[in-house]
Formats: sequence, C-alpha cells, structure tokens
Amino acid sequence: MNKTPGQILDEAKVLLAKAGAEQDFEAARIKYLGKNGEVTALLKSMGGMTAEERKEFGKAANLVKREITGLINGGKAALSRTLVAAKLMKERIDVTEPGEGFPLGTLHPITQTIDEISRIFMGLGYSITEGPEVETVFNNFDALNAAQNHPSRDLTDTFYITKDTLLRTQTSPVQVRTLKSNEPPIKVISPGRCFRADTPDATHSPMFHQVEGLLVDEGVTMADLKGTLDAFAKRMFGDGAVTKFRPHFFPFTEPSAEMDMSCFVCGGGGCRVCKGSGWIEILGCGMVHPNVLKVGGLDTERYTGFAFGMGVERIAMLKHGIDDIRLFYENDVRFIGQFA
Amino acid sequence: MLVPLSWLKEYVDTDVSVGEFAERMIMSGSNIETVRNYAEGVSGLVIGRVISAERIEGSDHLNVCMVNVGGAYGEGRPLQIVCGADNVRQPGILVVVALPGAVLPGDFKIRKTKLFGTESNGMICSAQELGFEDKAVPAEIRDGIWILPDDMEVGSDAVKTVGLDETVIDFEITPNRPDCLSIIGMAREVAAVFGRQLRYPEGLSSDSGTAGGQAGDYIDVDIRKPDLCPRYVARVCKDIEIEGSPFWMQRRLMFAGVRPINNIVDITNYVMLEYGHPIHAFDIRNIEGGGIVVDTAGDGDRFTTLDGKERELAEDMLLINDNVKPVAIAGIMGGLNSGIVGDTETIVVEAANFSADSVRLTSKRLGLRSEASMRFEKGVSPELSGSAADRVCALVEGIGAGKVVSGVVDNYPGKKDAKPINVRPSRVNAVLGTDISAEDMAEMLRRLDMKADITNDGGTITVTPPHVRVDLKEEIDFSEEVARVYGYNELASTLHRDSAEATASLSWRLRGLIRTVLSGMGYSEIQTYSFVSPKGADKIMLPDGSPGREFVRLINPLGEENSVMRTMLLPNLLEVIAGNFSRGNQSARLFEIGNTFKKSEAELPDERLSLAIGFYGDGDFYSLKGAVQTAFIKFGMKKIEYVSDRETGSWHPGRCARIEISGGEQEFPDVTGGDRSRVVIGHIGEVHPDVVKAYDIDVPVFAAELDFETLAFASDMTREYVPLRRYPAVTLDIALLADESVTVFDIEEIARTNGSGLLESVKLFDVYRGKQIADGKKSLAFNLVYRADDRTLTDDEVGEIHSRILSEVAKNTGAVLREV
Repeated sequence: MNKTPGQILDEAKVLLAKAGAEQDFEAARIKYLGKNGEVTALLKSMGGMTAEERKEFGKAANLVKREITGLINGGKAALSRTLVAAKLMKERIDVTEPGEGFPLGTLHPITQTIDEISRIFMGLGYSITEGPEVETVFNNFDALNAAQNHPSRDLTDTFYITKDTLLRTQTSPVQVRTLKSNEPPIKVISPGRCFRADTPDATHSPMFHQVEGLLVDEGVTMADLKGTLDAFAKRMFGDGAVTKFRPHFFPFTEPSAEMDMSCFVCGGGGCRVCKGSGWIEILGCGMVHPNVLKVGGLDTERYTGFAFGMGVERIAMLKHGIDDIRLFYENDVRFIGQFA
Repeated sequence: MLVPLSWLKEYVDTDVSVGEFAERMIMSGSNIETVRNYAEGVSGLVIGRVISAERIEGSDHLNVCMVNVGGAYGEGRPLQIVCGADNVRQPGILVVVALPGAVLPGDFKIRKTKLFGTESNGMICSAQELGFEDKAVPAEIRDGIWILPDDMEVGSDAVKTVGLDETVIDFEITPNRPDCLSIIGMAREVAAVFGRQLRYPEGLSSDSGTAGGQAGDYIDVDIRKPDLCPRYVARVCKDIEIEGSPFWMQRRLMFAGVRPINNIVDITNYVMLEYGHPIHAFDIRNIEGGGIVVDTAGDGDRFTTLDGKERELAEDMLLINDNVKPVAIAGIMGGLNSGIVGDTETIVVEAANFSADSVRLTSKRLGLRSEASMRFEKGVSPELSGSAADRVCALVEGIGAGKVVSGVVDNYPGKKDAKPINVRPSRVNAVLGTDISAEDMAEMLRRLDMKADITNDGGTITVTPPHVRVDLKEEIDFSEEVARVYGYNELASTLHRDSAEATASLSWRLRGLIRTVLSGMGYSEIQTYSFVSPKGADKIMLPDGSPGREFVRLINPLGEENSVMRTMLLPNLLEVIAGNFSRGNQSARLFEIGNTFKKSEAELPDERLSLAIGFYGDGDFYSLKGAVQTAFIKFGMKKIEYVSDRETGSWHPGRCARIEISGGEQEFPDVTGGDRSRVVIGHIGEVHPDVVKAYDIDVPVFAAELDFETLAFASDMTREYVPLRRYPAVTLDIALLADESVTVFDIEEIARTNGSGLLESVKLFDVYRGKQIADGKKSLAFNLVYRADDRTLTDDEVGEIHSRILSEVAKNTGAVLREV
C-alpha cells in the first residue's frame, strides 16, 4: 500500500525537525521532491485515476509538496542565519582596546586667547591692525601724553634700543599709528607683544601680550565704552558676567577707568581667584585724551573716542587657572598639550 | 598710602561701616589695596608690669619673668612667663602680655608651655607680634618686646589701652594724584564722596610764637635757583628738649608705617603724612653764619647724608647750604652734619618746595629715595608750605617739645595765581553720554573743594580747583571729576552706532591658516622671547659674517641671555626642544611663527615674520619635509625646489635642503639684485650633530626655518577647477638602478620633460639599498601614469614615450632599468 500524502507529510516533518546540516536538507529534498521522490511519485501515480479522483488527490499532493518545500527552505535559511551569526561571533574584537592615535598639535594658549578676543571684537565690527615690537619713544610715550618725567620711561622700567627707540611697553602706540594714517570712523583692535624690564617670576614676565582697542568717531561717549566692554566680558566669560567701572589714571585717556568683572569662579562670593573680593580686574580703558587725537590731526571738538587695553596672559591665566606666567614661555609640551 | 581711620576722622566725619566706606571710596577712584584692623582676631591681651626678669641658667637668651597682670588671670598672682627678649630685664616696665589662650594676628595661639624646663604662662609681646611692620617699630624696641609708657593701667585690656582697635586702609594712589599722599588729601576725597565738610588742623601762625625774638634774627634765606626752589619757608623753635614723642603720635606713625624716632623728627614726619608736604629740621648750631643758601652743587663735590653714606654730587643737583657748606640735598635727605641730635636746643624748620624734575633726576642719579623725594617727584603745591610750617610749630608747642619763635622767613619767588579753568557742561556731557545740568555739575565740583561759578549764559562753569590738585590742567580733566562724583556705574551702557566692517590683513589670515595646518599635522605652537642671547648664533654654528649675526641690541637688557633681538627663530626652537628633552618628554613636534629683527637705515629695525618647525622623536627628514610640503599645498604654492645644501653651518651637510620658490610672473620684493623671480625661502634639514650636542640633546633633531613674508607673498589662495579626465590611464612601474649621486628630482625632471604632455604624473614609491644592489648604488622605483585628454592611449603610443624617457634617463644619469 502506498503512503497517503498525509503520511508523507507527517514523516517529512519528523525528518526535517532533526535536520541540522545542509546535506540533511538536500537529502530530504531528494527523498521527497527529487525525480524519484515520494511526493514526485504521488503526483506520477495520478495517471491511473479518474478525473474526479485526480482533482481531489492532486490538491492534497500539491499541498504536501508546497509544505515540504517550505519546510526545507525555511530550515535552510534558519541554518544559514545560525552559521553567519557564529562566524561573526568568531570575528569579535575587544572594543575596549585604545584607538589608533593621531598626533594632535595644539595652538599656544596665548594665541588661542588672542584669537578668542579678536573673534569677539571682529564680531562687533573691529578690524585687526598691528604695530612693530620696536617702537619710537615718541609713539610709545610722547604721543600718548605721558609726562616727560613719567617713571615708566626710566631705563629700569623700559628696554631701550637707542635713546629714541625702545621695545614697546604697551600696544597703545598702535593707537598713534592708526590715528595718523586713518580717518574716522576708526574701529580697530591690535594684539601684540609688549616688553617691560621685569625680572621673571610667577606673576611677571619681561615679555607679555596685550590687546589694544580704539574707536574714534563722531558722538562716541563713555556710555559706549561701557556698553562695548560689558558686551565683550559677557561673550568672553559668559552671560553671567557683571562688570563695574572704577576711576583710574592713564595719561592717554580722560576720564580713565579700570573694568572689574564679577568673579567667574565664585560668582562674586569671594574665593582664591578673586582674592576674596568677588571681583576681578580685567582691563584698563578710558576716553581718548584730546592731546592724543591731536597727534592724528583730528578736530577734537568733532571727534571723540575710547580706548582700552587688556593683558592677554592675565586673561588666559584666569580662564585656565594657570598660576605661573613663566609656563607660557617654557613651552613644555605637557603644558601646551593641555589646551588642545 | 596707609591711612589710620581715627586720624582721617579728625578732618572729616564718616559714620558708615568700614565695608561701605571702602566700597564707595573705591568706586570714586580711591582704590584700596588692603583694609586691616589691628584688633581683628586678637584676644587675651592685657597690660602687665614686669616685677622681675632673670636669665635662665644654662640658656643663652631666655629669661624667666614674673609679671603682674592685676586680676586679669587666675587668682591675681603674678604670672611666670619665659621671654627671649634682652630688653625685658628692666623690672618695672609695662608690657603687653598675651595670656594663655590668647590669639595674636595671623591666628597665632598662645598656650601654657615649658621652655628650658621652666613653666611659661603666656607671652610678652613685641610690636611686630602685634602686627606692626618692622620698618615702623622704634629702633630701641625693634629687637625686643614693646615697652609701654608708664601711665597705663596694669591688668587692663591691652587692645583698648594701647589703642590697637584701629582700622588702617592702604590706598593705591595713582601718579596723577600726589595730593592724596596725605591724610588731609584723602579726607578731601572722603568729604566729596560723602558730602561732608573738610576740617583743617590748627597751625600756629607766625605772629603767635611764645619765645622771644623773631625768626629773621636767627636765619636768613637766599634762593639762588628760583626755578628749582619756588618757595622756602623757615621757622625757628627754641628750648627744645629731645625725647620720645607722645605715645599717641608714635602709635599713629606706626600705623602709617613710619618709625618713631624722637619728638622733633616725629613731628616733621607727622606733618608730612598729614599735609603731604615734606618738612626738614636743622639744628641751628650747624647752620654756620645763620644763612640758608639754596643753590646747585659743584661737580664732583662730596656730601655725607643722614644715613651715613658719602655721595658724589653733580653740578645740577640742588643743595641746601649754610654760608660755608652744604647741609642737605634739597628735597631728598638732610646731611649727617646738621641733623637733630640728643642735645639739640634750637631748630630751623624747613617747609620748602622743590622742582619735581630736579628732585627726580637727583634722586635717580644718587640712587637715593626717601618719603620726601617720592612726594616732591610727583608734585607738591608750594601753597602748602606756609600752613605745613605753622602746623609743625603748633605741634612743637602742643606736645611741649619746645617754644616757637615768632615770625617766619618766607621766600616765595615762584608764586603763581590760581587760574580758573572754563568747563563747558555741554562738552562734559558729550564725553560722558550724560545730560547733567550746569547747576548739578557745578555742585559736584564744589563737593571736591573747588570753586565753581556758572556764567550768565549757563554755557560755561568757571572752575578753580584747590591748589593741591596739580593734576587738573584743562577742561577735559574735569569730565573725570564730574564722572566720578556722578558715579561711573550710573553712566549708561550703550553701543556706538556705526557701520564699520571688520577686516584683517592677509598676513594675519595666513598666520591663522598655517597654525591650523601645522597643528592638524601634530605640530604644537610655541611662543618664545623676542630678545635672545647673541651666543645662540655660535651655538647653531652660524658662519661668521652671516646676516643672522647682525643684531639689534638692547641698551639695558635684563642679562646677556636677553640682550639682542632675534634674527631667526631656530636658536629659540632648539632651546625649547632642549628643555623638553631634558625634562624627559619622549618627543616634541613644535613650530613658532614670530618676528625677527634686522638692522635698518630707517629709524626702526626691519621686522619680518619667520616660521620655524622642528621635532625630535619618531620620524626623519622626510616626515618634516612632508609637513612642509603639505603646508605649501595649503598655501597654493607650486614651484618649489629642494636643493641639497652643504654650505650652511647649522645643518647636517648631507641632510639639508635649501628651499627655493619661483614666483612665476610676479617678482619678489625684498630681493637685492639677482633673480627676482626666484628666491630662497629657507632651509630644511637635520640639525648638525654638533649643534644638537651644544644644546645637550642626545637624539637627532629635524627642523626648518622659512621666511613667512615670502611664503605669504608667494601664496595663491585662488583655486581654479581643472576638468576631471575621462579617458583611461596607462600605469607603468619601473625600478631603476642608479648611482647614489643621482637625485630623484633629476629623474622626475627628465621624465616630465620627455613626457610629450602625456605623462600625467611620476612618483617615487620605493628606495632600496642592500642585497643585490652594489655599493654606491640604489634602486629607485617609480610609478608613471600616462593619459591623454581626448582619447584612449594605445600601447604603442605609451611604449614609445616610455622608452624615450628611459633612454634619456640612462643617457643623462646613467640609471638603468633594473632586471627583476
């Protein structure tokens, strides 16, 4: 007695459930669906049947064929997935091993600070202008209204090249150069190196950097000075920065002021950085003295202006918590590398 | 300027807290360095009387003392205290005793202890231990304990009895405000800030001396150099008994940082602090002939000052002489020959005014500064001299130091009338951005002790500042006065309206670019001093006569190591590399971009930006060359040639290239003579082993220095699109056996010249020496790519060009195809 389609299907299910390798599925395919396979035989056997029987039997046999085909294909796909997964697991790596290092160079923290200050002022419309490190005594002192007997002119304070030339002690002479060669509106900042005859220690360096600023136009007021520098402080140190201005003295500005900023470390409560006062001295500034405007040949009744100057090292030291200015010029890669 | 608050309050009333006082003073322009109360954090101090004091046997300095502290401690029995001061061995003296449990300044706690086996119940204090600066402590108690006047109550609270509950404010006085180097000057500021009245101290006028006679009978003044001495006021006091000044005066001087000496010297110092006007006192016995002659010195004259030092004078130094000899250097220091001594009986009080410039120059040349010279240098008003002298006289009688002779000798050749200054409120408002009325502005100025009258039209305020305000000279100066009374922080905060556009020079932008490129390749930026040691030139073995040795020199350098302006960056770079190497850093890749300085015919030296790059650690010449080449690509530079250079002292002679660039159509500026279309931009190489050794570096160092100005000039930031090539390329690899002397550049140039426009690229990809290669030879492997723009090349076409290249290479260099 030949097997019925139902019996074949039941046997096939049992067989395929045990299949675990590619060849098991191939063997099952040959056994059931091959040229001489059992399902093939079923279909062949329909030749001797009546049309009625054929219809019924054919339906059942084809159903069995589809089911077994499905089982074989499904089984093979599952097997393949398992194999791929096992292969990939074999390829696994330790993702906690360090990545391949690319050497990362760092810009000097002074450069970074100057760049940041410059970006802020360029955003406010200030152009960058530069002056020489070796300056004339006239530009560095006389034109800036410094008294002939001002102690900063002494050999003990200032490096001289000749009696008429020196290493500039401030970036302010760039104000003079700019006023001489430009017409208002003048709106510039000038970063650069400055020199004073200080023996190096933790807070002094014979060479340091300043950023000078100058705005000269009609109708410039001290209120504009305050607004501008307050905006700078907020962009440089965060929106929480509060500024205050104290009267001070510079020969080339009148009125003159120093700007303090609320301590960004303690927020004004008092700490080591602000020496307990809650305030940090940031820069010196003031309204350009008419005598300086006159050097540029300007009508001092028509034009007014303000100027400011800040120490770059000081700002960099505050921002990064650096406690020794000499580190900037030792250039130890372990120091510079921290500012990547 | 140290200002004891109790002293200040004699001239102006304030009733606000110290904190508010300080804050408002700071915001009005009197910046404060420190505020300090001598009683703060101090406890357990009482007045004690030393009953006995004996050296402890076996100790070389310790004394065991019995001190009566009244009922202040324990059961009222005398306290046994061990004290190391020599001056304690004077039974009966009054002292400050810190009881067990007391706290001294600096949170110094006093406990019962045993010293040298002897029980000690507290401490007898020195003035320094109570917080006074060494320089303010009287000489006789400087090395010992503070011996107090005998009228103090034993057992009483020493903070109260001695008067330690004093707040001393240290004001930072800017150089434009010499008037504030005085208690009265600061009181004037306080009066303005708080809207109070200023009270002047009392002087003793010239018609009210208690001694007989007239000052003019004793003394005669002759000002021979009126330009240098605008005023000389002299008064005379007699029946002087030199002794210590009263305790209240000593204490004030000490709080103000000035050492008490004796009653007369203390009075002169007291008045100097009070008025800001230096005072000098002479013993009249030493004024020979009774004449005071103010005149300049003779060149080379010698004079011994009060401090015992003999000084050589120059002819423009101003002296106070008697009829025979000099007795003082005007405004700086008195002479050893004429000062106040123990038996001085009659004194001449000098309240004189000297030219600021003259005092400054003399003080500088002699290297001699004093409280007096410091004040004269900054400017003292001659109008003060009369009242300062009167004040001295009032104190001489007031503390019973002597009697004042009536009359005054007052020579005032430099008298100037106070000139009012016109101040336009409109101008002040325009500078400040305010809208203050003329009336309000005048009132603000009046608060500062100025006369201020508004003109009829209201357009001008006529202002006469007090004569001590030497800083107020022109209209603009009053804008600050108005602003600080108004309050800087009351001014508006606005932004100026303009349409300025921010720009930066090409050089600035390219410096930013090179920093980005080099840091991206792992090089870190350094910044080094612009001034260097001239020895750097020797260290890097710069040839004699090299322009790098033509230094711009400083007149007054800090030391030889910072005495000349750098002519190149390489020595500094090597110093930094040496520093990193010596600190054990494994490697460092560094660059600097900065100015170099060259002597010039013009007023100022030429400043030129240079770029130095260098490293030690992993890598070789080609690592550095790769970085430089990449930077050149970023700068859009094309025609660059590396020429082997053996002539430079600083570099390894076999591993150095001169880098030359061609400008194409543009000519380079700054080239003197020669080919202006082609310049040497710098050198790259391995630093000469001897140089590396000179810097104490044990590993090879590779470096390059390039002229950044030329680099910037030759840069080309335009980028023109080149169509992508569509036809396939034919790629051929060859290996050539060549002599060591043949360069890769030679072969590449021959290939390019003979490529008939179809050789797209030729690239070296391998160099081999060793097995199978004869000594003195090397194998160079090149990759050649042939391509046409308009067609696919045939093998025949490529073959023909390729053979021609090979034969030309063989003909010109002797390099032949290597059989593999």
